[in-house]
Formats: sequence, C-alpha cells, structure tokens
Amino acid sequence: MQLISQSEVQRRIDLFKDQDLYIHLEMTTGAYAAHRDSSKHPAATFITNSTVKYSHGSISGNEGPYRVGLKMQHGWIYSEGLTHYEESETDRLILAGHDSQGKLVVSLQLSREPF
Amino acid sequence: MEQQILVVLPHPDDEAFGASGTLAKHVQNGAKVTYACLTLGEMGRNMGVPPFANRVTLPQIRKKELEEACQAIGIQDLRLLGYHDKTIEFEDQDQLDAVIDGLLKELQPSLVITFYPGYSVHPDHDATGAAVIRTIGRLPSEQRPVVHCMAFSNNHEQFIGKPDVVMDTKDFLHTKLASIRAHRSQFQAPELLGNKKDVEKELQKQFGTERFWTYRFE
Repeated sequence: MQLISQSEVQRRIDLFKDQDLYIHLEMTTGAYAAHRDSSKHPAATFITNSTVKYSHGSISGNEGPYRVGLKMQHGWIYSEGLTHYEESETDRLILAGHDSQGKLVVSLQLSREPF
Repeated sequence: MEQQILVVLPHPDDEAFGASGTLAKHVQNGAKVTYACLTLGEMGRNMGVPPFANRVTLPQIRKKELEEACQAIGIQDLRLLGYHDKTIEFEDQDQLDAVIDGLLKELQPSLVITFYPGYSVHPDHDATGAAVIRTIGRLPSEQRPVVHCMAFSNNHEQFIGKPDVVMDTKDFLHTKLASIRAHRSQFQAPELLGNKKDVEKELQKQFGTERFWTYRFE
C-alpha cells in the first residue's frame, strides 16, 4: 500500500463511474478496543460484495487523510480517514485508512468482480 | 502422554500466543496435533508497518503465515475450515457443530484445546469455544476428550478461578517466538517492535508459561 496520491485516486474513481461494481466498505476500532481500554467504544461494521453504481465521485482532503464521496442514483457512499491506496491494483480500487500505529481503521474498495 | 490433540481456534495467531509452547512440548513427546483454524483472520486490522497487506491480499498472506507458524511448532495437520472472520457467532450453529463433531469422530482426540466461551474477549473466540463445548457436551461422558480452554478477558479469574493447568513452556520459548514472528502481518505492530533484546526479555516473562482451564461439563 502507498500513501494516497489524490490525483491518481481521482483518475481511478472516474474510470469506475456508471458501472455495476462490487463494494467493500468497512470501519472498525478493533475487537480488542474496549478490552485494552474500557473508555473506548468498540465499533466495527462492514458491507461486502453488494453492488453499487455511481454517476459521479471525488476524493478530497488536501494533504490527507482523505475523504471520498460517490453519488448514486438514490444516495451516497461516503468514507473519511483514507490514507493509503494500492498502486499495483489496476482492475480494482483499494483504499484504506491506517491509524498512527499502522492499524486499519477504514476501508473502501470497488471492483467489477466480487472480492 | 497425549496421542492425538485437536486444536480448534478461529484466527491465525490464536495458537501462537496462547498455546504454541504447550503444543510444541506435546509434539516433542510424540503427540499428533490437528489444528482446525476456522477463519483466515481476513478482517484483522494489522497490515504490517508500513502496511504491506490490504483487505484483498490479507487472507492469502495470513494463510501463508499460519502455515509457517504451524511448521515452527511442529503441527502436522492443519485444517482450514473456511469461515469468514468476525462471523462465527452468526453462523448456523448446527452446521458448525456438525463440522466439529466430524473432526472429533475422525480424530478421536484425547485432548481438545479451544477458547473458554464467555471469557475470551473476541466474539469469534467465544463462539468457537461455545461450539466445541456444545458438541463435546453432547457426547456420552465416557467418550468426551479432556478440554483445555484458554481465557483472557478482564476479571475472568473472578468467574472461573485460577487456571488448573499451567504449562512450563520456557524450554520452548524460541519455538513460541518463531510461531509468533511467522505472523508478520500481525506481529509487526509497533508495540512489539523497538529494542529487540527488551522485547525478547519481555516476551520471556510473558510467555514462559501457558495457562488453561479444564472445562467441567455438568
């Protein structure tokens, strides 16, 4: 994974518009969050391999972490805290947000094939 | 001496932290160990530092790491059960129990190692332990293998007391460390890096013994 290049991710978002795509969208504080520190609220949620289609999408956030918003016919996909993308993936858009310890906090992935 | 041990745990690395020294000791004493690992830990948060894995590549990376850890420990038989990380508690219980029952019938283990349901923090840990206990609990009492459970929730001793099985695994510390290090996408967490000697000393203190609770069936 590489640090996000905003222009490159924008280019890839544009390549995927107006198509049926599989999405993996996730956010998590980790199953051990409250075990290690009871003041932390354990939260995790993901949706994987649902199909979506967006007409228009963009990445913003200046120097990061970045936000992505994808506009669909009846709603939105939104993700904040993105820091990394997978440069070597050409057929899929793999975005992730890692915290200062390197742990994954958020991920947004799009693909023409199921994950 | 144990002839056949069955380990049932949900995530690659569960074996390394909790039971690798004990398993290595049993293997040295001639035991056969089958490790049924329910998931590939594909929803884990550690991706290496800096991240070298992502949500797409993680399952295959964790699988390789698990195989390497098993090799380090001497586990002869690894079964990947193919469940999805974080979903064990939502799986069809009858189906899950049937898979575990199949392993028990096939292997006839004298000892089963799993998590103590209710006291093992991660929902997958608790659900895996619960399935093992449910399934073994249905066997006639004379056919039940001994079950050693791992527990580590906060205040667990308040409810289940002190562990009755404390294994001295100091002689297998290097095996244990090798099995932990095999899980490099997880083990590279910054809190475990730093001065290598200090880490090793800390690990020795932490991992010189392994603790289990013998499950008491009603």
